[in-house]
Amino acid sequence: MAENEDDNQYRIKEGDNVVLKRGDIYKAVQIQLKKKVIFEKQWIFLDNAVGQLYSTTFEIVSGGNLQPKEDRKEQDTESPADVKVAGTDNRNIVDDGKSQKLTRDDIETLKEQGLKGQEIVQQLIENSSTFTTKTGYAQDKYIKKKKKKYENTVTIVKPTCRVLAMMYHGREPGKICHLRYDTLAQMLTLANVHAGSKVLVFETCAGLVLGAIMERMGGYGSVIQMYPGGGPVRAGVECFGFPAHFHNTLHEFPICHVNALLAGSLDTSAKDPSAGENQIVDRQIGVAAEEQQNQPELEQQDGGPEEQSMETSAAEDQENLEKEKRKEIKAQEKKSKLEEKRRKLAAAAALLGGRNADGLVIASRFHPCPVLLSLIKFLSPSRPFVVFSQYKETLIECYTKLKEQGGTVNLRLTDTWLRHYQVLPNRTHPVLLMSGGGGYLLSGTTVAMDHSKPAGSLQAEGPAPKKQRMDEH
Amino acid sequence: MSFVQYSDLIQDGDVIIVYLGHNSVMPVKVQHGAQTQTRYGVIRHSTQLIGQSYGSKVTCSKGGWVQVLHPTPELWTVALPHRTQILYTTDISIIAMMLELKPGSIVCESGTGSGSLSHAILRTIAPSGHLHTVEFHEQRALKVAEEFKEHRVDHLVTVRNQDVCKDGFGVTGVADAVFLDIPSPWEAVKHAKVALKKHGGRLCSFSPCIEQVQRTCEVLADQAFEEISTVEVLLRIHDVRTVSLPLPDFGPDPSSQTEPRPEEEAPPTPSVNHASITMKTTTPPREMPGHTGYLTFATKPRT
Repeated sequence: MAENEDDNQYRIKEGDNVVLKRGDIYKAVQIQLKKKVIFEKQWIFLDNAVGQLYSTTFEIVSGGNLQPKEDRKEQDTESPADVKVAGTDNRNIVDDGKSQKLTRDDIETLKEQGLKGQEIVQQLIENSSTFTTKTGYAQDKYIKKKKKKYENTVTIVKPTCRVLAMMYHGREPGKICHLRYDTLAQMLTLANVHAGSKVLVFETCAGLVLGAIMERMGGYGSVIQMYPGGGPVRAGVECFGFPAHFHNTLHEFPICHVNALLAGSLDTSAKDPSAGENQIVDRQIGVAAEEQQNQPELEQQDGGPEEQSMETSAAEDQENLEKEKRKEIKAQEKKSKLEEKRRKLAAAAALLGGRNADGLVIASRFHPCPVLLSLIKFLSPSRPFVVFSQYKETLIECYTKLKEQGGTVNLRLTDTWLRHYQVLPNRTHPVLLMSGGGGYLLSGTTVAMDHSKPAGSLQAEGPAPKKQRMDEH
Repeated sequence: MSFVQYSDLIQDGDVIIVYLGHNSVMPVKVQHGAQTQTRYGVIRHSTQLIGQSYGSKVTCSKGGWVQVLHPTPELWTVALPHRTQILYTTDISIIAMMLELKPGSIVCESGTGSGSLSHAILRTIAPSGHLHTVEFHEQRALKVAEEFKEHRVDHLVTVRNQDVCKDGFGVTGVADAVFLDIPSPWEAVKHAKVALKKHGGRLCSFSPCIEQVQRTCEVLADQAFEEISTVEVLLRIHDVRTVSLPLPDFGPDPSSQTEPRPEEEAPPTPSVNHASITMKTTTPPREMPGHTGYLTFATKPRT
């Protein structure tokens, strides 16, 4: 009985954010009933996955329905045919293009007959005149290649930072500034991201970096996302499928208010959630808030790993019907949304105001230098920061500026090099293709500013956060 | 201070990291009345450390100064006393991500060695996770347990002094992840399988030699592990420099409009001699670690 209960948390439920996997190909989707999902050129319906355990492998059967694959072991064995006849070398194998007796049309017919991938591969082997003369290794390779082509299985796995970082890097590297997963791994470690800390994030990596940080914080502590433009992009965060309480620890602050906050000119009443009626605040953040309402949804839709047109058309229909009604409610809604935004801004401003953040992570398409120099002011002394850039030159500039300005130690400009290996009996070697570059990192640790140096305004900023922090405790 | 929680002020009993300069750090246990010698002179704990903020500058007796830093697993990795070869931050980072470590994870590790990876695991799985670490060398096991206590993370870790290849991890069906850094990891794979949760989990084995990887992968496949993949990660450090490249003197250009005087042509003019271009760039260090170890990852499926 306990076992069943235990299993329940590992079962796929409707509405779950999951990742489809075949070989090294991943795709993040949400489980929705009767919804078509395209994966590796195949339409599939995920309905039958509901109630199954995570990490189950499914066969795609007629109509794009899923059927849990049985006898996984047996089907996974290397050579389906028990032909153990093999050649020793290829001296007599001639490439005449006629070794495969099945034509393209034959294969199409086999597919249409609904033959399983396994069976098609078997047919191909039987109709290959050279197969038995190939060496055992070449036979393995042939089968593997054909299996990959005709296999129609999909495994549904739980989303994790590992899976999503590999997925984004494989599918849409442009959306995450070509941040390779090993580089993301370095960032999480170098920034000492852990439960209970207060981390500042500025990213334009579709929310992947933010999600990775939230996973490592486990819902303890707080994350403040500094965002450019109308609103934070969080499509990547959604893919993680975090429990609701994780989102309570997530705050957002528009980067366009950073100067005002640092100068202390961001309306002080904004820091007081009870001062909701304040007209000045209204004017100050009204525009930003309105943009926030519209833009994130747009951005997320074409920024998300899945693009869905059904929702928008449905929404349009609804809009036509209820346009009148909504107009009235809209004004009310808008007001309460504005109120909500203002409350959020005030909360984030309050968190930042102490200038006692525990970590800073920057990974964006913007020039990192001004971002770093501004945001580092929100960190306590003796705290790590890490900046990612696709290009080394921008980080050289950051390095130089930080050295001039002081207030940091342990500065390092690095990148990592990642190599995969094929490990098979007598066939072990590095894989032929490797990633050319996964971006660069600048990392370091903040220290108290040197007061003996006439550092102008910086000098005044130094002691302020310390005092405030001591007041808090 | 704790390795899993920041604090602002240095207190008696804290372990701090003294930053002496580029690539030079030392761990110091703060104690009333104690003194620490550095190359810049003496630091007196009672007056110069206790009560100070982390990140502040401390002036030593000879007038030089150092920075006192809050400990982190990464600083500890470069400061810790070696009792064995250790894992460095680059490998540790990819291990943590590929093992899917997060707060609450239950992890098994062997051997504990000098505890470099252990601290990083503890940081990541706190406050609700647990590390079961196995070290067959008695003194090392005792020493590392003592360090965990000093670093105030002992509530998150159990150190067992036994042979993982013979006796396993001392736990059954509880782990989300297993890490192996032992000479014959293939002998511990079956124990890893026992330690992992029924519903599955992740495994990583670190080995310097490809023959070890080969044997481990064979056993992993025999034991029905899936998604077996071997990688290698190397860190490249870029030293930021200002370099100046002189421009060669090509002599007077006859095609240029200004007419050069024939007499002045022979000796190169001083101004030309000075021509050079200065720029900011990076240089690789003359030598760098070219290999630490191969990392083999695998997934244990639900059984």
